[in-house]
Amino acid sequence: MLKINDLHASVEDKEILNGINLEVNAGEVHAIMGPNGSGKSTLASVIAGKEEFEVTKGSVVLDGEDLEDDAPEDRAHKGVFLSFQYPVEIPGVSVTNFMKTAINESRKAKGLEDMPANQMLKMIREKAEMLEIDRKFLSRSLNEGFSGGEKKRNEIFQMAMLEPKLAILDETDSGLDIDALRIVANGVNKLKSKDNAVIVITHYQRLLEYIVPDFVHVLHNGKIVKSGGKELALELEAKGYDWIKQEATV
Amino acid sequence: MDLKDKLVSSFMAFENNVDIDHPVHDVRTEAMKNFEQKGFPSKKEEAWKYTSLNSLQKIDFSIFPKQDNALDYKDVKKYFIHDIDTYKIVFIDGIYSSNLSETTHDGVDICLMSSALTKPMYKAVIDVYFNKVASKDESLTTLNTAFSREGAYIYIPKNKMPKKPVEIVHFATGNEASLMLQPRNLIIVEENAELQVIERHQSLTTNEVLTNSVTEIFAAKSAIIDYYKVQNDAATASLIDNTYINQKSKSFVNVHTFSFGGKLTRNNLNFYQNGEYMDSTMKGVTILGEKQHVDHHTLVHHIEPNCESHQDYKGIYGENSTGVFNGKIIVDKIAQKTNAFQQNNNILISDKATINTKPQLEIFADDVKCSHGCTIGQLDEDAMFYLQSRGIPEKEARALLMYAFANNVLESVRIPELKARINKLIAKKLGVNLGFDL
Repeated sequence: MLKINDLHASVEDKEILNGINLEVNAGEVHAIMGPNGSGKSTLASVIAGKEEFEVTKGSVVLDGEDLEDDAPEDRAHKGVFLSFQYPVEIPGVSVTNFMKTAINESRKAKGLEDMPANQMLKMIREKAEMLEIDRKFLSRSLNEGFSGGEKKRNEIFQMAMLEPKLAILDETDSGLDIDALRIVANGVNKLKSKDNAVIVITHYQRLLEYIVPDFVHVLHNGKIVKSGGKELALELEAKGYDWIKQEATV
Repeated sequence: MDLKDKLVSSFMAFENNVDIDHPVHDVRTEAMKNFEQKGFPSKKEEAWKYTSLNSLQKIDFSIFPKQDNALDYKDVKKYFIHDIDTYKIVFIDGIYSSNLSETTHDGVDICLMSSALTKPMYKAVIDVYFNKVASKDESLTTLNTAFSREGAYIYIPKNKMPKKPVEIVHFATGNEASLMLQPRNLIIVEENAELQVIERHQSLTTNEVLTNSVTEIFAAKSAIIDYYKVQNDAATASLIDNTYINQKSKSFVNVHTFSFGGKLTRNNLNFYQNGEYMDSTMKGVTILGEKQHVDHHTLVHHIEPNCESHQDYKGIYGENSTGVFNGKIIVDKIAQKTNAFQQNNNILISDKATINTKPQLEIFADDVKCSHGCTIGQLDEDAMFYLQSRGIPEKEARALLMYAFANNVLESVRIPELKARINKLIAKKLGVNLGFDL
């Protein structure tokens, strides 16, 4: 589904991604771990199409299509979703209205009519229930005054609504207490299917106890320096990242 | 002949049509002297540094409309907040339209300035209030005073509240090649009474219109007034709005100014706090494009202790538009425990748009809280990426962010139908359809 080939990306002439190769197939969960500053969030942003980063070499290919010229919204329409580490507050626009706009813009891009209001409402209710989101929450302004946990849960709610092919969760576990973490992880697990894929970006192993990865990759200095199964995450948790750094320099 | 000379020489013709023995006429004559001496303000004056009236003065404006023009309600319905019932005071080319208006004398007076200025029953009120808070030396105000004859007159007695909001609407039909209008409004809200007003100036063609309006508002003890100015006029219509508000203890006066249209708009909004424990609020949303120009000049004069003032103006400037915000706060020496807040935030969405923003604080008391802040920026790129990553195209994402930026000001609009209307105007101005009513 996703093929990243020798990807190099920089911001203001500073190279952050330094030759990433990664293949993600439908039905798989990949975890990307690594120390701070290793390029994890940059990789997520580059896949989602953030213009601030310049791709200097390599490619991001989704279902055989190079995404190079696609704006972030085009990528979203093709099924890419990024759950943000720091979601943005939009005062005056309710969660419900925001979702209506997002969904109908995606439909418009696919040449479909707007989703009928009652169908939209039903979908919103179902997904909110799945993530144990209160009805009142949906009429609040998007992310405005939300706690850290509410913001993350709202990100997963948006993911549930948009039903992406490829979901990238960027540090979704940060700022979550254990109960919120469980709810968010359960939501992600329910959304998993043989047709979609998830990339979990995290610093800690904690989230991976709930969202169990098929593959774990360690990012260091903008490169994947080690890949393995879910046991690699446990090893990292036990030993820290230093041995990876040393191995990488050897 | 330039506009000043034309106005001065027209004054005699004007006098032929008013009662020159009425005491108000002495006020007019005095005002005319002041205008004759001062003329139009020029860019040399600090208060007019960024707004030039030169090109307007070259236009040969008709001072008096030649004919009595009529309009059909169905043709102008969209300019009213037609989904709620309102009182209406409507003028067509400066002349009262009984056809489009709905006035009342049922417990409150919502009617015409021309009646108030001529009928004996109003004389006592006119003696006390007319031209008492409006400036006697600001030249455009005195020009209006000199020609004051028609406009809205609203008197709300003690403990009363009209059943519905009042709309004051001025239409220009374009039957004159170019027309100058000088409406004069007087609004008195007595102790513990309430009033909501929506004011609009609307030119129906692309002929030039210049409106020099003066509104005097008196809020007695514990009165509550919400005043909404909707400025979305044609690209050939200019407005100089001079509003003067005299507030007494424990009163609340909120003025919202929504500036989306017009050629040149100058808002002179002046609050005088004559009492304690009151609140004056000024809020504005300005969204401009093309070569539009809007200049907000606010003044709050804190004269006595324990009062508050709040200013929050948001501006979005595109294309070649220009904006000015000048917020003056004066806190007198005895006005201790004053809380005065002022905020002006601007977004420039074009390289050619400009905004000049200037707080002007004159504080003579020592135990006060005054804060002011002005920002000029662009839309946040991270926020844009967030919205786009959800599948919202760039243009719509920009609109959503701009709406969010202006939202604080809209939250305090207390007439839901008006708020809905303003939201629609904003969406239209931003050129988007977001699939829901903003």
